[in-house]
Amino acid sequence: MSTDLTGQRFDLDGAWQLHPQVSIRPERFGALLYHFGTRRLSFVKNAVLRDVVVALGCEPTARAALASCNVAAVDVPVITRALAGLAASSMICERAA
Amino acid sequence: MTAIADHGVRANSLVDEFQLGLDAPICLTWELTYACNLSCTHCLSSSGRRDPRELTTAECKIIIDELERMQVFYVNIGGGEPTVRPDFWELLDYAIAHHVGVKFSTNGVKITPAVAARLAATDYVDVQISLDGATREVNDAVRGAGSYDLALRAMQNLADAGMRNFKISVVGTRHNVSQLDDFAAIADRYGAQLRITRLRPSGRGADVWDELHPTSDQQRELYDWLVANGESVLTGDSFFHLAAYGDPLPGLNLCGAGRVVCLIDPVGDVYACPFTIHNDFLAGNVREPGGFAEVWRTSDLFLDLRRPQTGGACASCSAYDSCRGGCMAAKFFTGLPLDGPDPECVKDHGVAALGAADRAAAPRPSLDHSHRTRPTAVPVSIAPRPPAGWTPACNDDPLAGFALS
Ligand code: SF4
Ligand code: SF4
Repeated sequence: MSTDLTGQRFDLDGAWQLHPQVSIRPERFGALLYHFGTRRLSFVKNAVLRDVVVALGCEPTARAALASCNVAAVDVPVITRALAGLAASSMICERAA
Repeated sequence: MTAIADHGVRANSLVDEFQLGLDAPICLTWELTYACNLSCTHCLSSSGRRDPRELTTAECKIIIDELERMQVFYVNIGGGEPTVRPDFWELLDYAIAHHVGVKFSTNGVKITPAVAARLAATDYVDVQISLDGATREVNDAVRGAGSYDLALRAMQNLADAGMRNFKISVVGTRHNVSQLDDFAAIADRYGAQLRITRLRPSGRGADVWDELHPTSDQQRELYDWLVANGESVLTGDSFFHLAAYGDPLPGLNLCGAGRVVCLIDPVGDVYACPFTIHNDFLAGNVREPGGFAEVWRTSDLFLDLRRPQTGGACASCSAYDSCRGGCMAAKFFTGLPLDGPDPECVKDHGVAALGAADRAAAPRPSLDHSHRTRPTAVPVSIAPRPPAGWTPACNDDPLAGFALS
């Protein structure tokens, strides 16, 4: 399970979106994501990250998506690592800004 | 601003979350028909003959609409042999159009080059070809004469059509555990992915389980092989009882019955999982008011399964956290208490429990759609002679195609 995300980079100033082949389902603990291309399931363990992932597609940058979800400064590294992990498994992808 | 203590993405508490159940299954198994062209000895659903009360095309579409609303990611379609339903392709297209992914299990009978080309063209369909021996002899002894060639022809057609990573689905038995490398070679040859699931004493499997389930040495061999092959081989929730040997295997290490998976059978009955076709695990029927969603969310059985479980006789075992007492269906159909060890407990508590259990009094599957005579030629085989009256095609493990990332 590739959830140890230490060391992965993520471009917060890039434009991102949920991968078009990914379906996201809200759950009490956060959300489940399923990628129809890779047929993999991922698990988002809190509501803040879920909201950020959903917001990615409508904000110009990932940083703006974090701001729109009121992510506390102290949490930015954690959320960024999580986004890096989701990007590594193609759950989210870059989009033309 | 909200500060969050947790890491953003985490897989280690997944099991605990799933144990309490979800508002909708992640995936479910849907057996479209009990009809089948084969008569496999270990068929988990005792299939063979069509049930006259089978859900109609319109009823199936209502279920698909519901699954779409519930955001069930995909269904594992099985049977029986699902492709013998005349509306199979219509239902497949309908599910895809409604964003419900489909993985279907087949013995390959209808996978012609034209069908293979069509399947290769969409991401939303995955195919599992059942194969229970890497050689004709071992396979056909269990699945019936001609079934090996049928499966290999289907694989060739899929590979020729450019379908990548379709699944070759193997039920591990005493006669094929020694063939694991050969199965892997077959998968490589066709650009397919290997999926190995556990033989459970369900359906007709109850009649052959004693002779066919792997010995304890073979379980160890299987475990070591799976550990060595890692995530390239899918096992779903099949072998979490083997985690008691040491490290957990990739996949979902819990019994998801009624919590994250379930079964809809051909007549619309909803069971906790495909291996528990028995009245004790019947949660309701999709034809009742409220449909499938109501059964999933409110049935007493499912609510009960989602309550925290006690370990019973396993609670004091050092491996309980990973093994959790194993498979409910395996215990049930071998007459063992549900809160005790699995019959294949790697610490050998199952052997003792089986010795103490009244095996003759073990519950029998509630339904039997077996062919009254074998539809295919008598196998030319070695291995255990198939008991009289055995029937078809399925080993569908709800989460066996399931990979966590
Ligand atoms: S009862 Fe057994 S086969 Fe069914 S979901 Fe649980 S572990 Fe899997
Ligand atoms: S005693 Fe129970 S928990 Fe321990 S290994 Fe056996 S089945 Fe698993």
